[in-house]
Amino acid sequence: MSTAATLHEIPPAPADVVLDLTADMSMRSRNRQAVEDVVAGLRLWRLALTLGWLDVRLRYRGSMLGPFWLTISTGVMVASLGFLYAKLFNMDLRSYLPFLALSQVLWGFLASLVSEACTTFTEAESVIRSVRMPFFVFSIRTLIRNLVTLAHNIVVIIVVFAIFWMWPGADAFLALPGLALWVVDALALTLLLGAFCARFRDIQPIVNSVMQIAFFISPVIWKPEQLGASAALLFINPFYSLLEIVRAPMLGEYVALRVWAAALVYSTVLCAISWAFFVRARGRVTFWM
Amino acid sequence: MASHARIAIDNISVWFPLYHGSARSLKKTMFAAASGRLGQDQQHRVVVRALQDVSFTVGSGERLGLIGSNGAGKTTLLRVLAGIYEPVAGRVRIQGSLNAMLDPSLGMNMELTGRENILLRGLYNGLTKPEIARLEDDVAEFASLADFMDLPMRIYSSGMVVRLGFALATAIRPQILLMDEWFLAGDADFMEKARARLEQMVRGAEILVLSSHQEGIIREWCTRVLWMDQGHIRADGPSDEVLAQYLGHPLPTPAEALPA
Repeated sequence: MSTAATLHEIPPAPADVVLDLTADMSMRSRNRQAVEDVVAGLRLWRLALTLGWLDVRLRYRGSMLGPFWLTISTGVMVASLGFLYAKLFNMDLRSYLPFLALSQVLWGFLASLVSEACTTFTEAESVIRSVRMPFFVFSIRTLIRNLVTLAHNIVVIIVVFAIFWMWPGADAFLALPGLALWVVDALALTLLLGAFCARFRDIQPIVNSVMQIAFFISPVIWKPEQLGASAALLFINPFYSLLEIVRAPMLGEYVALRVWAAALVYSTVLCAISWAFFVRARGRVTFWM
Repeated sequence: MASHARIAIDNISVWFPLYHGSARSLKKTMFAAASGRLGQDQQHRVVVRALQDVSFTVGSGERLGLIGSNGAGKTTLLRVLAGIYEPVAGRVRIQGSLNAMLDPSLGMNMELTGRENILLRGLYNGLTKPEIARLEDDVAEFASLADFMDLPMRIYSSGMVVRLGFALATAIRPQILLMDEWFLAGDADFMEKARARLEQMVRGAEILVLSSHQEGIIREWCTRVLWMDQGHIRADGPSDEVLAQYLGHPLPTPAEALPA
């Protein structure tokens, strides 16, 4: 039994090594560890799914309607805002209300996802400090929680569409690629904001204020057409492009190629920044808890 | 078994950054223990050197005890072995399945019910549905929770939380068992039950790493002792030798050392 045992006694790593951590700061090995984190996280998808689902259940435990309270509150908000803004903007309720219902529900998803991305890791502090867990599990959890909420709110859209009997038809399926892009972006965002907010605890209020501003400068409650000629410049706003690729097909509208291109460029940039940060921060997040 | 469990720690260091103006518990807990271990890293951040150039290997069959004063780095070392803290220098290699019993709540969510927490742990360990059902039965029976299984854990008594945590942690048999001394909490009646179950588990594990303040426990369970001091290994060797050094006097003969 010696104090300074060397590693030479150990044969090359056999297949069943469960853990091999080298404090190697090269980008290559950090990148490999980050990839392993994502792969391990995907393998634990059942856990991530259950965590996300339990979060929603927990929030509404003991309430009679459960998550359908969300549906009701969204419904009331859409109805009241709908009548008010249709009057203010001098718009036909029949064309405005379906637009507003859809926008409001989709924006609600985006805003709460961005806000909750900030607490992706900090809310799991006790788990992170007691077992080795892939961080990606918590990213999936945040995404699932918000998708479950979104699914409940979709009822509002369906009701409004039914009232005005305006169905988008088969075109609505064109929203699916957009939703797929949202899923990728959402996961990237949870990794970026989750790690960043763990290090700097005052980021979340800033993020929330930014989302507040984004809500008003993006065409959520107002229609892009209302800008007149300036509408062509809207693609500069990342939220517009991302919102439009999902919203337009569901209103039976056509998405300009320029808008899709912008959405892809913004997503690529987001994913690149997120990955770069996560690769650097992954091993340190535990120390920031 | 085809391969043997093994732990190899090669020159690892772990530093905790201290960020200005932060009121984190880490800072509070570390400062008390930090005496002389505050330093700066390359970016001139203040860091606590929790572990400094620690190397050792543990082979199959060994029972390693970690001893040292508060803040000597025992818990940090356990967390490194569990893969929770990644070292800033050196290399950690762990071969074999591992179970870390580090704190009584084990990351359990107090808002969730006992059953839900068991489900989460089962999923984390990659168990199938029938296996999780068996885990539930096993844990519920051992922790004697009965009707409390479907109630949120925040209404449990602290003894119940410890029992559940203990039952859950000991339900999954690892090759390498890492254990902090918390498992000694609990009422006397439970201790006897716990002891039998723990002994069974320890015997089943190929490697045990146990951190404790109480030399009696270390003497009983461990064959080898690491004496941690200020983040360094002060001594490493057979239990009795190192314990004698640590206590500063020879150990009483086993007859006198019977537990009270």
